[in-house]
Amino acid sequence: MDLIYEGIKQAIILLITFDPEVMRITLLSLKVSGTATLISLFLGISTGTLVALTQFPGKKIVVSLINTGMGLPPVVVGLFVTIFLWRNGPLGFLGMLYTPTAIIIAQSVIATPIVMGITLASMQQLPKKLRLQILALGATPLQSVWVLIKEARLPLLAAVMAGFGGVISEIGASIMVGGNIKGYTRVLTTATVMETGKGNFEVAIALSIILLAMAYCINYILTHIQQRERRF
Amino acid sequence: MKRLCLLTIAALLLGLASICGPFADAAPAEKNIILSTTTSTQDSGLLDVLIPIFEKKTGFFVKTIAVGSGQAMAMGQKGEADVLLVHSPDAEKKFVAGGYGINRKIVMHNDFVIIGPSADPAKIKGSKSTTDAFKKIATAGALFVSRGDNSGTHAKEKVIWKAAGTKYEGEKWYQQTGLGMGQTLNVAAEKRAYTLTDRGTYLALKKRLDLPILVEGDAILLNVYHVIEVNPAKWPKVNAKGARAFADFMVSPETQAIIKTFGADKYGSPLFFPDAGKKEEDLGK
Repeated sequence: MDLIYEGIKQAIILLITFDPEVMRITLLSLKVSGTATLISLFLGISTGTLVALTQFPGKKIVVSLINTGMGLPPVVVGLFVTIFLWRNGPLGFLGMLYTPTAIIIAQSVIATPIVMGITLASMQQLPKKLRLQILALGATPLQSVWVLIKEARLPLLAAVMAGFGGVISEIGASIMVGGNIKGYTRVLTTATVMETGKGNFEVAIALSIILLAMAYCINYILTHIQQRERRF
Repeated sequence: MKRLCLLTIAALLLGLASICGPFADAAPAEKNIILSTTTSTQDSGLLDVLIPIFEKKTGFFVKTIAVGSGQAMAMGQKGEADVLLVHSPDAEKKFVAGGYGINRKIVMHNDFVIIGPSADPAKIKGSKSTTDAFKKIATAGALFVSRGDNSGTHAKEKVIWKAAGTKYEGEKWYQQTGLGMGQTLNVAAEKRAYTLTDRGTYLALKKRLDLPILVEGDAILLNVYHVIEVNPAKWPKVNAKGARAFADFMVSPETQAIIKTFGADKYGSPLFFPDAGKKEEDLGK
């Protein structure tokens, strides 16, 4: 218990003194995972909506694939992204391995199916007649899609939270494609593992607490928006 | 109102991504060096001291990938690293002989020690030799935690088992973590097990572990670190200039002087002994 107490104390000290290393790690985590979530929202919502609203042969297979993708293990993604980005790999000419961009790519791959799957589910649970009604009222197909997305906005916010939560907390991909390089690709999760390895448990606990606090703040804001919306 | 909300969210996320400012500017490719090294050099904190000095001096940007020596050499073998700092002499010789690496230079040494619970159930304390101690652990069936990750430490451990002539793989008392040295020490402390560790990582973590040194000082326990440049003739994409600069830096008198005192203030004794220019055969004599 002493250790946890010490960890909390150290977390507070690191935070209020704006420890430059911790600040850099925290901001990088936010930036990398925030960007990856944005990318996954763009790809996930558009594809998810498209799949939800169209009928085509093999749709069930595609939907199951997306649902499987929601549980894509980060280490598997990390491994494949690493192999692709190796100097002598297919995308080696980009020179992107062990950079923050590489982590964003891997995390986008992880978060996109999550957002896509939730989008798909939330669009499919809208009443079928709603779309016909919107079209009957003279909306263009594009306008109707926009209205439907707005109708499904509450579960879509859940998609944002799930996607962000999935990537801010993952470690397997970040450490493989980022390399945990000090001051460059070290994020909260990889730093926590390293500090544990070094036996600096207080620092590791402090970093975990910062990670939890950050995830909580962002989810609080999103939940706040979501719940306020519900009253209307 | 609804639209406003969606806009708020979008703005929020965008803001999130942008307030943090641009990423640290990636140096141009020819200024990047990938250093593939063992966990002990990172976990002991030595690289945190040396790399900033090197970067300031030369303008290169070092990407340190801390893995076991085995994986470090595997990366070098595929041309995915520029320079290696490793401690697995037999594998290193094969690596250089295979044409994957050039200019293998001795940097420093420390030694391995056998640690274990102070109760010492296998009674290895005061053993005549390291192999003797390993035999006793096997006979007693006392829990032994191995790195199991092809690292330099794991390679050394296998050499000792072989010299002891005992069967260990698959035995109930022999467990492999597949983790770095620091984490393996934590596992050993938790399970009250014996393990083989480099002295540097051990000293850095000692205050957390209730595992005293039981066997030390044997010649077989010598732990030598070499720097190897990955052969640019084999892999044209390797940053040969950067690799050379780093290797030269590691054996330069200034760096060797830092290595000599590193850790002495914090742990009471230095973690590594500088060896540039010496011959491996002359060490430990």
